Amino acid sequence: MTKRDYSLLGPDGQRAVDIGLAAAEWYHTDVPRKVMKELMQRSDQPAIRDTVILYGCMVAFAAMGIALWPSLWSIPFWLAYGVLYGSASDSRWHEAGHGTAFKTPWMNNAVYEIASFMIMRNSATWRWSHARHHTDTYIVGRDPEIAIMRPPAFARLLLAFVGVPDVIAFFPRLVYNAFIGVHPTEKTYVPHSEWSKVVRVARITLAIYAATLALAVWMQSILPLMVIGLPRMYGAWHHIMTGLLQHGGLADNVIDHRLNSRTVYMNPISRFIYWNMNYHVEHHMFPMVPYHALPALHEAIKHDLPRPNASIGEAFAEMWPALRRQFAYEDYFLHRDLPETAKPYRMDFHEGALGQTAAE
Amino acid sequence: MPWIDACATSDIDAEDLIRFDHAGATYAIYHSPDGKFYATAGKCTHEDVHLADGLVMDHLIECPKHNGQFDYRTGEAKRAPVCINLKTFKTKVEGTRVYIEVA
Ligand code: FES
Repeated sequence: MTKRDYSLLGPDGQRAVDIGLAAAEWYHTDVPRKVMKELMQRSDQPAIRDTVILYGCMVAFAAMGIALWPSLWSIPFWLAYGVLYGSASDSRWHEAGHGTAFKTPWMNNAVYEIASFMIMRNSATWRWSHARHHTDTYIVGRDPEIAIMRPPAFARLLLAFVGVPDVIAFFPRLVYNAFIGVHPTEKTYVPHSEWSKVVRVARITLAIYAATLALAVWMQSILPLMVIGLPRMYGAWHHIMTGLLQHGGLADNVIDHRLNSRTVYMNPISRFIYWNMNYHVEHHMFPMVPYHALPALHEAIKHDLPRPNASIGEAFAEMWPALRRQFAYEDYFLHRDLPETAKPYRMDFHEGALGQTAAE
Repeated sequence: MPWIDACATSDIDAEDLIRFDHAGATYAIYHSPDGKFYATAGKCTHEDVHLADGLVMDHLIECPKHNGQFDYRTGEAKRAPVCINLKTFKTKVEGTRVYIEVA
């Protein structure tokens, strides 16, 4: 059994570099250039519509929550506000960070900064960590965004549904960035030219939280924190639920997104919150395709992908037992069959690279 | 500096690019929306990725890997995560052929 070291400065990361697993050439389904060009086209309209709906709903739900505060009748409005603040911000951060949500750059940047604040990620740091996640998706010791490490830490996963590990990790790093500077692990993927921005963003963010906290103390009420900060916890569950499904239980240290990513059909509300990232194999294979074109991309390449999960429930039913098996045996992963129309996985290559045997 | 016959003008749709390999080097050749042709190094300066699978928008080329952008007329890096400019090469059109001047 292989003991994994997820540290970005550890031996597994170095090994991935040495054997050519890092920054490797990944498998791509063949898509005619004309079709791909169509799919990659940018447009402001869908994201403007979705952003107006998102921010409009947030203002309305927060206003109702404040108006009904502290009555129990305010709870449903806080729950709705929270999921938009603490979960939809994750997908907005993600898509605007890629620069594909809107055609107009400043719109992407504005939504990216707001979403980064809400999801508690330093906007200057995380742009780079996510680039690494795309270069080295689930390569141990290289990918800084591995949500489920092996063996899975179940208590931590459950606490993530209410944002606890993320918030606990965020604030000390925020203070570190604001007062000391860029952290040594961040220096492995954030270019030197961006370090001053990391510090600036941290200081602005810290000032906003300090002001919110001061207001709460002055009002002798947690109400300001119900609007800013706490929804990252009480509304986190949806982005954790969908986020765990992205790669959970699947292979690591492979260079074919069909082996390490999961596409799940979801209900329209979850797809709105998640901005179509349920088409996750498609997104990783072709990150240039904007969220609104992912359903069309899915249609174009599904003949080459494992069957998508039919629902969130079905995907969890597949993933959860796999995580439990990984708890006992770290090298276990779900190996999903491809349709007959698909090009086969190159297991020979992956097994050689891993020095391990694929499970089932 | 030799001029190399790279492709036909009709090989590249307007607002698109193709990959061109020559003497062990790889290039990207662009056909801008205003009908001009440009050439740059074929790979992104961020990582070892061919730009030919990327998207041309006006005078920008967006890299297919992390959506970094360059102005392909000047090679200037325009959007993170690219920070290093792209090398550019002169082009000329003679008849229906596109030539690039390689170093
Ligand atoms: S490889 Fe081009 S932007 Fe990263």
